[in-house]
Parts: sequence; structure tokens; C-alpha cells
Amino acid sequence: MDAALWAFGRGTGVVSLVALTVTVLLGILTRSGRPLPGLPRFSITLVHRNVALVACAFVVLHVVLLFFDSFAQLTVLDFVVPFFGSFLPFWQGLGTVAVDLLIAIIVTALLRNRLGLRTFRVVHWLTYALWPIALAHAIGNGTDGTSVWFLWLAGLSTLAVLAAVAWRVSARFVEFRSVRTGQLS
Amino acid sequence: MTNSPQPEPAALLHIDWTRCDGRGLCTELLPELLARDEWGYPLARTGSAAGSAAERSDIAIPPALRGAAADAVALCPRQALKLTSR
Amino acid sequence: MTVAELTGTARLFRAGSPTFAAHHAVYGSLPSVTAPDAPDALIDELRRSGLEGRGGAGFPVWRKLASVLANSSVLADSSGLANSSVLANSSALANSAGRGSSQRQPVVIGNGADGEPLSHKDETLLRQAPHLVLDGLLLCQAVVRASDVSLYVGAASAAAVRLAIAERPDALHVRVLIAPEDFVSGEATAVANAFEHGVSVPRDHIVHLSQSGVKKRPTLVQNVETLAQLALIARFGAEWFRSVGTASEPGTRLVTVSGDVGTPQLLEVAGGTSLRRIVDACAPLDEMPRAVLVGGYHGGWVPGDRLDSALSREALAPFGAAPGAGVIFVLGSGRCGLESAGAIADYLASQSARQCGPCINGLPAMASVLGSLAARSRDPRLPGELARLADLVTGRGSCSHPDGTARFVLSSLRAFETDVRAHLTGRCEVHGA
Ligand code: SF4
Ligand code: SF4
Repeated sequence: MDAALWAFGRGTGVVSLVALTVTVLLGILTRSGRPLPGLPRFSITLVHRNVALVACAFVVLHVVLLFFDSFAQLTVLDFVVPFFGSFLPFWQGLGTVAVDLLIAIIVTALLRNRLGLRTFRVVHWLTYALWPIALAHAIGNGTDGTSVWFLWLAGLSTLAVLAAVAWRVSARFVEFRSVRTGQLS
Repeated sequence: MTNSPQPEPAALLHIDWTRCDGRGLCTELLPELLARDEWGYPLARTGSAAGSAAERSDIAIPPALRGAAADAVALCPRQALKLTSR
Repeated sequence: MTVAELTGTARLFRAGSPTFAAHHAVYGSLPSVTAPDAPDALIDELRRSGLEGRGGAGFPVWRKLASVLANSSVLADSSGLANSSVLANSSALANSAGRGSSQRQPVVIGNGADGEPLSHKDETLLRQAPHLVLDGLLLCQAVVRASDVSLYVGAASAAAVRLAIAERPDALHVRVLIAPEDFVSGEATAVANAFEHGVSVPRDHIVHLSQSGVKKRPTLVQNVETLAQLALIARFGAEWFRSVGTASEPGTRLVTVSGDVGTPQLLEVAGGTSLRRIVDACAPLDEMPRAVLVGGYHGGWVPGDRLDSALSREALAPFGAAPGAGVIFVLGSGRCGLESAGAIADYLASQSARQCGPCINGLPAMASVLGSLAARSRDPRLPGELARLADLVTGRGSCSHPDGTARFVLSSLRAFETDVRAHLTGRCEVHGA
């Protein structure tokens, strides 16, 4: 039973990471204002949101499953306060930080139209911290963290996100940028 | 104020130009009403400068497109849209 | 700037000095509006006078007042509002007391920002007849029962205004805010923004300021010349006001005349006076100017052979112009209309508050096409492109800056039509081949 829990815990963690990566990529695509072939802009926004919610669901599973795992020895406190765990406190603490960030980002995103643009934007920026923290947690804390297949996965994800970020900060990122003379603040 | 000839439009989609960044979601959701100008900003298909300039910032929404307009309001990444009635 | 009048139209500057003593000697005391039916009576008088706003938009003054009054919940205690100590108390109360009622407390703002670089009437009025403006401001305050009263003025008139306020105890509560010298800073929502957030840029609005302005309170923004005229109507009545001017353009108005004239000056003229008379009063440099820009940079050109036109809405409409804020700019026959228009369009593009996409992008695009026309680029598509862009930007900003700029550009195409044709063949009436 414990072995099954452990496997599930690890599996959901990996799926969460993949879903988070896809979310980040779609988020950057959303910000560019460009559609994909066959996927209009509003669909990208919706897919971005839905994949993010899927990632959340897996993170919840991941956390809850490990709570019942005797080996990890997690307490309720470890879910919110980082760096106090008994097993690999630093790497696990990164996971806790990631969960805290995720909660803040998701809540403000869901309440976006009520909170106003500025709050939403500032908190949403934290995603750029969330993603590398979650990745570091996976590598440092996970049983599979240093296995070859996982390192391949992590490497490819990192490349994809770095490429997206590089595109994000490039001059021609926003659709129509080349023909616009001014920029909104 | 210009009155449209139809029996009172049910709703108006108001564009806050100080917020809109021309991301084009609304134009995809309401292609019947909105096109994009050469810089990507939404351009009402009805109403022209000559006739009724006001209709280009407050676009009359026929009942059939009410739902799509509400989606646009919810999805606009800049919260630049509002449904009003007048 | 010197001030002159056309015969028999001196009304606003009759005190001859900015002191309260001079003001009082000529105009007498401020009429009381404390009686319960006095506010309605004044609004009615204003309606009969036909006074329209003198800031540019020309909205009927009585209607704005009535609208603000209707939108403010009537507070129980409104007596003695013209008395400054009561006012000071009531505004302190309104600021500290519970939200419910104080939020509907109207705000009254006198707008003396003269956004137009060619206009000096607000500044001159504030410097030479500040007490007439203050009278109008206090009357508006009493009519709509406002607790917050302010003047929004250019830096050049601030000292005179502060001096005038210090001179009279009934105006000590009037706040003074300095307006930046940007073209759009005098726009009504920009004024409200300046008071609420300290930034003088226009903002989005779905309801009129009279319903929800500064901090969501009903807000009356009235040009300072309008306030001065209002103060006169309150004293001498609608009949008197209408005794000068025409039926559709009653009363006098201030016009700032500049450009190719010997004496650029501020004039007080009767409504409906012909442009010819106004220009002639300023010693024009030539018999027939090339054109006259009426209504400022958001106005339109009246060709030099049409100066018989009256300074009235109807007469100016065919030129895309309106009396507006009373700016009259004379373009001498030795100047190329397209070059001047291009320079103005450049300026207007630079004055976009850079908030709205179509304005940020469309105005420089228009200015550059007009610039190409002025530079005699032989591309026959230029006029059509200009008209297309003008249509594209109209109605698509949070303020009327794109609309006004488009109007100006289209008017330039019309007024300088022969120059456009010449330029497209590489020639220019002024500069030759
Ligand atoms: S969705 Fe919003 S930001 Fe995008 S074009 Fe429409 S109004 Fe502008
Ligand atoms: S229309 Fe232009 S000037 Fe007016 S608020 Fe928008 S950007 Fe500013």
C-alpha cells in the first residue's frame, strides 16, 4: 500500500510539473496576443486557464497523497510553512513555497475581474518564480529527480520555457508591435 | 446622442480605450460586430465617423450576441470591456 | 495680453482692475441664492439666457447645473451656503462624516486651464477679473449645494487667483490647483482626474461627470469665462444678457486673435460677429489672409474669401469649425496652408495622452501623411489616405482628441484644396516650383 501511495505521489508530482510548464508556455502565448493555427486567441486563453487548473488538481493530489505517506512524514504545517520538514527540509520547503505561490496566483487569477488589473498582474508575475522553484523541488526532492529520463524531461522543459521567455522579452513579441508607434503602459 | 433606428438596443459594449491593448479576443468572439484596425485595435463594423462616432466606443449588442459579448467582457485580458445599457 | 472690445460689448473687464473694491464698485454685491426657490430660479434664468459653455464643447450651462443638482442627494442642511464659515464647517463635516451622504456631495470646479496654446482668455480673465469668476463659482456652489469648490488654473494665473481669494472671506474655502500646460489637460475628465489622482490625463467614462466625477461624486466642471458670464446673468438677468449678440449666439464672448496680425489680442465680441470685423480689429497683415483657423486646433479653417461668416455655430459648421473656446488664428497670404496645418498636426499628435491605441497610432500616422503632402510628395493617394485615417480614429479614444484632430485635418484638406492639387504636382502657390 505504501509503495502504491509513493508511486502515485511521485507520478502526480511529475504530471503537475508538466502541466505547469504547458501553462507557462500558453500564458506567454496568450500575452503575445497571437493565435495558433486552428486555435483562436480566446481558446488559447481558455486552454491556458484549464491546463493551469489541471496542474492545480494534480498538485493537490500530490500533496494529499504524500500526506498519507509514512515515509515523507509530512505535517499539516509543512503544506504552508516551508523548510521545517523532517525529510530533505530544503528541497521539500521549495515545494511548499511553490504551493503557496500557486495558491496566490490561482486565487487572484480566478478573481481577476473583481480585483482589478494591477493586483492580478503583479501576482501573476510570480509565476516566473513559481516555475523554477517547482522544478528545483522536483529535482532535489523527487526519487526520480536525478534519473536520466527525468533529467531529460526537466532539460527539455527548461529549454522550452527559456525560449518562450526569450521570445517574451524580444522586441517583436507583441502582435502588431512592428506597426504600432506607441506602447501602452 | 444618436438614436439607432432599431427598437432600443438591449445592451451596449463599452470599450475603455485607456485599457485596451488590441489583443483581439473580443474581435474573435464578436466577428459580426468587430473588426481589427491596422494596429490590432477593435473597430466597430457599424457606425462611422460621419454618422455616429459614439457608436464606436459603445457598440450596440443584438440579443443574439449577448452571450458572446459577456464572454468577451470576461475574457478580455485588459478588462477593457463593459456591458452597459442605455 | 492686451484686452480690447468691439463697440458696446465691454462686460467682463469693466472693473478695470483685479481688486475686489473695483469689482464691487462696478458690479455690486453677489446676489443671494439662499432662498429655497433661488437655485431653481437661477437655473431658469440661465436657461432663458441661452448661455452655453465657453470651454469648447458649448454645452448649455443650465442643463449641467440641473443635472448635477438632480444627481446629488439633497442634504437636509443647505441653508447659508453662501456664508464661508458655514461652508468651511460643512466641508469638514462632509470629509469626516459617514460615506453615505458625503459621497453624493457635489464638487464644483472652475476650469481655467486654456489647454489651447493659442488661447489666452482664461488666463487673462483670471488675472484681470478674478472676482467675476469667483462670483460665478460661489453661485454654482450654492445652486448645487457643493462642499468642495476649486479652481483649476494655469501657473501664470495662480498668483492673481490666490490674491483675489485672500481678498474676500466668502471665497477662502476655494482650493487652487495648477494645471499642466498640456493640450488635453483641460478636458473635463482630465480635470476630474487631476483632482482625484493628481494626473491631468483624460479617463474613460460611461456616465457623464455630472453623475459621477471626482471620487464618484456629481461633478460640475465649468469654464471660467462661463462662470463670469453666469455671475453677470445672476445680477442683470437673461434679458440683459441677450441684449447683445444674436438669437442663437446671445451675449458676448472672449476671442483670442493671433497669427499674422499687427496686434494679437484678446477681444470681447458680441456673439455672431463676423470674422471680418474681428480680424480687422487686430490690424491684419494683408487684405485677404489665406485662411483663418476658428475654434483652435480642434477647429476648422475658414478660407480668406469667406470671412463674412459669423462667429456662430451655424455659420461655421460648413467649415467643420465652431466658436469653441474662441481661438482665432490668422494665416497670412504669404504662408503655405499645408505646411502650417502639418506643423499643427505634428503638435496635436505629440499631445496625445498616450493612453488609447487608435490615438497613439492614428494621430502620428495622420501627421506624417499631412507632412508628406506639405513636402510635395507626388503620391495621388495621400489625400484619400488622410481621409481614411481621419475616419478611422474618430470616436475611438477616451477623450475627443482624436475626433478634434481628425476634424482639423479634414478641414485642412478642404480649405487648402487648391494647394493640395498643386502640391501633388510638385508645385506650391507660396513657395513656387
Ligand atoms: S479583448 Fe480587450 S484588450 Fe483585446 S482588443 Fe478587445 S478590448 Fe482590447
Ligand atoms: S484619446 Fe488620445 S488624448 Fe484622449 S485620452 Fe486617449 S490617448 Fe489620451
